[in-house]
Amino acid sequence: MDTLIYLDNAATTKVKGEVLEAMLPYFTENYGNPSAIYTFAGQGKKAVDLARKQAAELIGAKPEEIYFTAGGSESDNWALKAAAEAYKEKGKHIITSKIEHHAILHTCGYLEKQGFEITYLNVDSQGKVSLEELREAIRPDTILISVMMANNEIGTLQDVAEIGKIAREAGVLFHTDAVQACGHIPVDVEEMNVDMLSASGHKFYGPKGVGVLYIKKGVKIRSFIHGGAQERNRRAGTLNVPGIVGFGKAAELAGESMVRDMEKVTALREHLIQRVLSEIPYSRLNGHKTDRLPGNASFCFRFIEGESMLILLDQLGVCASSGSACTSGALDPSHVLLALGLPHEIAHGSLRLTLSEDTKMEEIDFVVDELKKIIGRLRDMSPLYEDFVKKAGRPNFCDRLEEYYVQ
Amino acid sequence: MYSEKVMDHFNNPRNVGELHNPSGVGTVGNAKCGDIMRMYFDIDEKGVIRDVKFKTFGCGAAVATSSMATELVKGKTVQEALAVTNQAVMEALDGLPPVKVHCSLLAEEAIHAALWDYAQKNNLVIEGLKKPVEDISEIEEEEEY
Repeated sequence: MDTLIYLDNAATTKVKGEVLEAMLPYFTENYGNPSAIYTFAGQGKKAVDLARKQAAELIGAKPEEIYFTAGGSESDNWALKAAAEAYKEKGKHIITSKIEHHAILHTCGYLEKQGFEITYLNVDSQGKVSLEELREAIRPDTILISVMMANNEIGTLQDVAEIGKIAREAGVLFHTDAVQACGHIPVDVEEMNVDMLSASGHKFYGPKGVGVLYIKKGVKIRSFIHGGAQERNRRAGTLNVPGIVGFGKAAELAGESMVRDMEKVTALREHLIQRVLSEIPYSRLNGHKTDRLPGNASFCFRFIEGESMLILLDQLGVCASSGSACTSGALDPSHVLLALGLPHEIAHGSLRLTLSEDTKMEEIDFVVDELKKIIGRLRDMSPLYEDFVKKAGRPNFCDRLEEYYVQ
Repeated sequence: MYSEKVMDHFNNPRNVGELHNPSGVGTVGNAKCGDIMRMYFDIDEKGVIRDVKFKTFGCGAAVATSSMATELVKGKTVQEALAVTNQAVMEALDGLPPVKVHCSLLAEEAIHAALWDYAQKNNLVIEGLKKPVEDISEIEEEEEY
């Protein structure tokens, strides 16, 4: 493996040079605790203030509505658990969707054990929540709606502004997990009627271990991490100054180049999707055709299993991911793919390629060329494909067994 | 995650393919769980497995265990093949990650299923062989393709 082709940017991204540069002084030079009173700590405090402003600008919030956390999962946990706690007198009903990240779904599972009732909204075959179903699910005792802005597996964007409007009209708190969306597509918490929003730094070229929970002014949720008085008494713990600075810088850079990057990455993604669907038989695109994250391409290839594909891609230096059961250690394939209505055997053959602004056209073409061979090779050894060909009487388009195997 | 032997058998699977007019063929597994193995045996009149082929839908470990299982039974008698356990397959592969042990069980099942088919076709009773569990869900035709 000479070169690395990194197409797993939904898992994490490479920290940008400018981001790293902005962070470095806060490790060894301005390492003071920003909560301290002496002048030396002042640099760190100033840097955190700037980062808060940068983060706020990215999502159309006020700096005082930004709370730094240790990442997207903490933000999601905080939003749901603290909102449930704060509003339990009003009711114990929460609405979310079936395709949320586990940070939301497992938190909901925990809340169910605490006596809360959760409605999991269905999605259509392209991964969209039905606004009608949402309206019907709202009850007098509904206290929170949490629907993600963009799905991590299939890239589908929800109509968050519409969901926000429905929540606002019903007087229900609205949280959105925007971990995949933030820094990649325009987000405006005011326009979208969002009360709480989760974001994560490492998903848009910032460092790992730092996230944000936006809490709209007036939303009365309490502290989740108890301790010191940091973050306006709402999130204890010494501030992760380098991480926060990195988040802020990444947010600033993302805001500056968003329009340009979206256009560029979307064009690459479309090229990838076009080639795969037209050149690989029995392939399908998962998610919405147009309302999707610029960098997300999610496919299912029939008759084969995802992990085998990932191993063969890895041997060529290609990093990708799959929602197959084998990759998660679970028995069932991804809950997101199943929620789309895909049968298990098709969901097992999923492949997610997520692009970055550094992805090159040559890389995409190389991956598609290799993918064609890999899929042909795996289908040649698939009993499901054998049955299909015999039953359908179609010619074996992958009839090149010897080419791939040296016996 | 995988041993070198597993990777070798995944990358260069032995005996992959199908046999025409096999003495016995067995398919085990379940598309729902993501693993299906099919084994074809060519067994001579003395009860020796002359040739064996396999096809597998599944992860790296599923491919490697089926490949190794075919190597372990090739040239063996029916009784010897019946004695090939999942443990033997795993050991021959220098082990499997705990979550993949079920793949080796499937390989053992596949051997039994092919032997069972052979016994049925020839009205034989193979001592110690029980009817294998064939758990295959039918693939539904999808209009989207």
